[in-house]
Amino acid sequence: MTITCDIAVIGGGNAALCAAITAAEKGAKVVILETAPKAYRGGNSRHTRNFRCMHAGPLDPLVDDYSEEEYFEDLLKVTAGKTDEKLARLAIRTSEECLPWMQEHGVRFQPSLSGTLSLARTNAFFMGGGKSLVNAYYRTAEKLGVTAFYEANVIHLELDGDAVRHIDYTHEGEAKRLAPKAVIVASGGFQADIDWLTRAWGPAAQNFLIRGTPYNRGVVLADLLEQDVQSVGDPTQCHAVAIDGRAPKYDGGIVTRLDCVPFSIVVNKDAERFYDEGEDVWPKRYAIWGRLVANQPDQVGYVIIDAKSLNLFMPSVFPPIKADTLEELADKMGLPAEKLRNTVESFNAACGDTSDFHPTELDGVATSGLTPPKTNWARPITEPPFYGYSLRTGVTFTYLGLKVDESAQCSTANGPIRNLWAAGETMAGSILGQGYLAGFGMAIGTVFGRIAGREAANYAN
Amino acid sequence: MQIDLLQEARRQAEICNACRYCEGYCSVFPALHEERMFTDGNLTQLANLCHNCRGCYYACQYTAPHEFDLNLPKALAEVRQDSWETFAWPGPLAHWFQKSGVLIAVATIVGFALLFLAFRALGSSGGEGFYAVLSHSAMVTIFLPAFLFPLFSIGISLRRYWRATDGKSVKMSDIFDAFVSAARMKNLAGGHGDGCNFEDEDRFSQARRLAHQAVMYGFLLCFASTSVGTLMHYLLDMPAPYPLWSLPKLLGIPGGILMVLGTVKLAYLKLNADKDLGAPSAWGGEMAFILLLFLVALSGLLLYGLGNTAAMPTMLAIHLGSVLSFFPLTPYTKMAHGFYRLAALVRDAQRKSKA
Ligand SMILES: Cc1cc2nc3c(=O)[nH]c(=O)nc-3n(C[C@H](O)[C@H](O)[C@H](O)COP(=O)(O)OP(=O)(O)OC[C@H]3O[C@@H](n4cnc5c(N)ncnc54)[C@H](O)[C@@H]3O)c2cc1C
Ligand code: SF4
Ligand code: SF4
Repeated sequence: MTITCDIAVIGGGNAALCAAITAAEKGAKVVILETAPKAYRGGNSRHTRNFRCMHAGPLDPLVDDYSEEEYFEDLLKVTAGKTDEKLARLAIRTSEECLPWMQEHGVRFQPSLSGTLSLARTNAFFMGGGKSLVNAYYRTAEKLGVTAFYEANVIHLELDGDAVRHIDYTHEGEAKRLAPKAVIVASGGFQADIDWLTRAWGPAAQNFLIRGTPYNRGVVLADLLEQDVQSVGDPTQCHAVAIDGRAPKYDGGIVTRLDCVPFSIVVNKDAERFYDEGEDVWPKRYAIWGRLVANQPDQVGYVIIDAKSLNLFMPSVFPPIKADTLEELADKMGLPAEKLRNTVESFNAACGDTSDFHPTELDGVATSGLTPPKTNWARPITEPPFYGYSLRTGVTFTYLGLKVDESAQCSTANGPIRNLWAAGETMAGSILGQGYLAGFGMAIGTVFGRIAGREAANYAN
Repeated sequence: MQIDLLQEARRQAEICNACRYCEGYCSVFPALHEERMFTDGNLTQLANLCHNCRGCYYACQYTAPHEFDLNLPKALAEVRQDSWETFAWPGPLAHWFQKSGVLIAVATIVGFALLFLAFRALGSSGGEGFYAVLSHSAMVTIFLPAFLFPLFSIGISLRRYWRATDGKSVKMSDIFDAFVSAARMKNLAGGHGDGCNFEDEDRFSQARRLAHQAVMYGFLLCFASTSVGTLMHYLLDMPAPYPLWSLPKLLGIPGGILMVLGTVKLAYLKLNADKDLGAPSAWGGEMAFILLLFLVALSGLLLYGLGNTAAMPTMLAIHLGSVLSFFPLTPYTKMAHGFYRLAALVRDAQRKSKA
């Protein structure tokens, strides 16, 4: 079967769908090429929960206001200045009109989830999460005449001078070629290609877990970089957090998150502590622990808590390992028992007055004379039963991406590529050079997906 | 109750508790997120709060083929089904009828047969209209126990439910809260008001909510019609049949029509919906129950239409026969769900007022 179309959108997540819908509304004939089977369509977007949105006054479901300046400052804090200000401000400013657009196209919001009240002002939560958003967008796109092909894996874009001539892809195993007038790349990062990660990061990456889809393998990204399309972002870096070590290799998603580190001690496989577990509140330290664990032998950490701390954090998907003595716990977790006891005892001995303990604030309840110290929430680990979790590095996304301008257009050193646009994770490095701000990934994808869809449709029409 | 069903529901509830993405869909999730460990009682209550709208299935990033294999609507449907069988009195009856459409059909035929036999053996002893076929006192003798027994039985079941879910003594405000939510079928609106996912995978629609409302309000109207008729008979000495412009008919005819339309739509939806998102073993029993309700309503309407023809005695036997099987089966068929659902809503109102 040969398919004809004006615009081919590569990818089937949030950015791809926003682009396809926008282009179809402008009258273009659009196809979506999604490499995943239907059951797994939607890339990392299916794992998301919220959208960070600027707003001048209450904007259902968001309360109060969240100004461009405040949003931008929040972004600067996490990226340490590695931000393209022009594109970042464009994303921030446009996010406000996106929210009603999302609602008009089937997305439904809910009040912020229990346990995330601190985000009620800044982040709008999708009812049912990202998969319901993706479902709604596919329904809307279908109604607009967009055709979605699943198991359609794009392997090559033929770049000839300043234009893409055709796309090579396989569909349900068969080789296919398509020559659309315009192409939008929205196929995410490369974090699911462990070999690439290993080349970039080093052998430790073999032991990383991938929090999202196994289908974002960077095939299109690599193909375009090979043809000297301009890139942006540190090619060796990825965003990683510490997650439950028992999580599946791919697609474990949100439920593998562990929030217990601040109330614990964390040791490596030699039962030695290696970092201040109480440095800051967990949402602010979530990401650095991904790196810390990545630097330990075998890229694994072990969280140890006792009975009094068990109910202080959000439950996670796997129950903790439980034991009546530290020796038994060490045994069950494969740690040297004698060593663990010593580590816990010297930690306990370094704990002081715990009467100011306060689980949700920096309480200053610290150890003294211990290296590394624990500077908050330091309570001795004494009350059986004892509980343990293993920790591994969970990769969220990679930073390397396609460089785009304000109209989401890609370019080579010789100037813009006439008929190629990019949106979402695959160009997020243009804005986010380092760190991550909750809800910003979906904001980038929605804003630039819509821009790319509009520009591509204007070109194709 | 069955350990394996509870264990599977527990496994899934623990995953949802770590995720929380579906919090806004229905009252199951806010109740679920209040617990950390799930007792059998918690799970029973959650199961009876769920009305199988399937929103959380289509929204879930962990459904098969994902290894977490989430299917919360099914897990809760299985526990719910099992809880009804466990709490029913006498227990074995529920065990038979909940799952077997065939047995419900048999019971209905037995109902017809009893009525024909009664016509033959007892006759009219000189009444008029319907009572020319079967005397009023014979009808009362047959139907009063058939009506009172299930109420008694359900009372026992609800007590058992209340104990199992650790219910507190009930306040008026709890009941008020529960009735408001049942009357609007608030939860079936899917949290966002777009309805549920019963017809066509992840497309939201109001069809099931509307069909169910039609059946529920239709049933209540018919019930009111019968009650008014009874009062008119005893207090005003005005026996049936009643003319069109009388209260029993003004309540009964729209009620019957609503029930007929609603049951047809529900049966149609049930044929189209994915069986594997409910309790597949109970599908036959549920379908037969819908058809029985349909038969009750349709025969009631026909009886009105054919009241003055020769077909009347046959129609009367079919109508009364289906009613005669419907009422006693109430505690042991899907009909029981209304009572459990109200109990679960009252229990949930208690949870909310505590929190
Ligand atoms: C667990 C988790 C939770 C997150 N939560 C949030 C959140 O709450 N808020 C937020 O803003 N961000 C969140 N993020 C980040 C967010 O997921 C991304 O920023 C966003 O989804 C990117 O959207 P996208 O459309 O660019 O990519 P994706 O949604 O990943 O889509 C990429 C698509 O491309 C397809 N594809 C890949 N290669 C090919 C190929 N060769 N041919 C054809 N198709 C291909 C994939 O199958 C996929 O459909 C989260 C990420 C993870 C992993
Ligand atoms: S059903 Fe799935 S998406 Fe919904 S709360 Fe449970 S695990 Fe999360
Ligand atoms: S099926 Fe509907 S009612 Fe049941 S738990 Fe899921 S969302 Fe709630």
